[in-house]
Amino acid sequence: MNHYLIIGSGAAGISAAEAIRSQDKSGEITIACGETDGYYSRPGLAYLLTGELPEQQLFPFQAADFQRLQLRRLNAQAKQILPVDKQVVFEQGGRLSYDRLLIATGAIAMMAKVPGIDLEGVIKLDTLSGTRQILKLIRKTRTAVVVGGGITALEIVEGLKARGARVHYFLRADRYWGNVLDETESRIVEHRLKEEGVVIHYETELAEILGKKGRVCGVRTEDGRQIACDMVGLAVGVAPRKTLGETAGLNMDRGILVNEYMRTNIPDIYAAGDVAQVYDPSLGKSIVDSLWDPARKQGRNAGLNMTGQEIPYMKGAAFNVTRLAGLTTTIIGNVGSQATDPDVVGIVRGDSEAWRQAPDALAVQSSFDVNRLRLMIGEQQLLGAIVMGDQKLSRAIHQMLVHKVDMTPVRKELTQPRGSVEDVLSKFWVGLAPTLGRLHAV
Amino acid sequence: MKLKALFSSGSTRREVLVQGLVVPDSSRCVQCGICSFFCPINIDVRRHAWEDIPVNDSHCLTCGECVARCPRGVLRFERSNIFEQKP
Repeated sequence: MNHYLIIGSGAAGISAAEAIRSQDKSGEITIACGETDGYYSRPGLAYLLTGELPEQQLFPFQAADFQRLQLRRLNAQAKQILPVDKQVVFEQGGRLSYDRLLIATGAIAMMAKVPGIDLEGVIKLDTLSGTRQILKLIRKTRTAVVVGGGITALEIVEGLKARGARVHYFLRADRYWGNVLDETESRIVEHRLKEEGVVIHYETELAEILGKKGRVCGVRTEDGRQIACDMVGLAVGVAPRKTLGETAGLNMDRGILVNEYMRTNIPDIYAAGDVAQVYDPSLGKSIVDSLWDPARKQGRNAGLNMTGQEIPYMKGAAFNVTRLAGLTTTIIGNVGSQATDPDVVGIVRGDSEAWRQAPDALAVQSSFDVNRLRLMIGEQQLLGAIVMGDQKLSRAIHQMLVHKVDMTPVRKELTQPRGSVEDVLSKFWVGLAPTLGRLHAV
Repeated sequence: MKLKALFSSGSTRREVLVQGLVVPDSSRCVQCGICSFFCPINIDVRRHAWEDIPVNDSHCLTCGECVARCPRGVLRFERSNIFEQKP
């Protein structure tokens, strides 16, 4: 009987366990997790912070679900992998043997490299226990400074705002999330934040967090300004939790390198999710994603392949839906610039490196009020798109991109629309719909 | 009004109630659970999104609360075919 050991119980780990059980009814599956909270929706933490959701709602699985999968859950932090002995050593002492091992340890939010990060009141939105801490501290917080770019920084800004704090938001760059959004999109987001009363400080770099009696009392910027505050939120990027892979002698780059079967260079060791840097045969290189859905799909593939199957992970277009300053935003495929964003070190949560591949494409734009659509169109196909606000077309666009629909019939009309880009696109999509599945919503 | 006319008119609220079905797009879902939390009759909509199956629970009121609350546009209404009209 095989023993499958999974380290990490996030989206990748849980979905791997489900996939293994679907193929191997009798094998033993152990899922080890250093966090006492086990499996919860990490993206959902943003909604716990705003108060939209109570904590107990963040757990997608109940005890019965784990029983159904016959999963042995272990609350223990893996310390070291011994590939020769095929064992994992745990911090708390004790070791477990495995026949197949999956590393799904995810990523950890990085701290800014400034003095004062150990003070009480310095927070990041990374774990459930950390978020509980924020909610405890927020009661005595009047003013907060948030530093960083990307999705998580905004989630902190919006969360703290919703909890009644006065929020200063520091951007190193002259606009928000410059390597994914274009200038108009950045300005839309910034404008909405300002309307909510958030004070944005452009080209402002945090130099030091100031403390009194072990607690945050303010910050000092690189240009010498001081702002009094009781909380500092950091979201400067995430780093794959690579230590286990490094000490085990796995091939590493930004994450643990795996092929399209989620295999590392050492037999019977697999990696999936935010910790993995996955080879994409269609690009000929390896990409790090920090997204829920790829983590889930990678976990599934890893699980199936651990039971002896040979199923490659097909990435498809990088895709995420998020809420930026209250505006639902879908980001599909390649939309960004290759310029680096000084507010983001590497990758942020809900982010894909693939978005940064600068497409050789025409951009077609359309916007009114707060709805905005930007399409990146190559010679024949859609290469990427950002849909902000009204999401009616976002599923259609995603489908067109995934199915590599030939856009030549409407390419000219899209670039010089007589009506709106939305009209041209929806007409084209309705014409395609019978071949691409059901379109008609009630 | 004849019963038949009820189904052939445009997208009325009543038509949605009778013919609509909540369908998830699981690739957008992050399992936050807002949908299940706001369901007035406690259907675990989130689990449907995880398994990528329509909310085919006969108790579903198609009230639209989950569709409206989802922060990531996972859920949409689709026409069920249970009353499909013969041409």
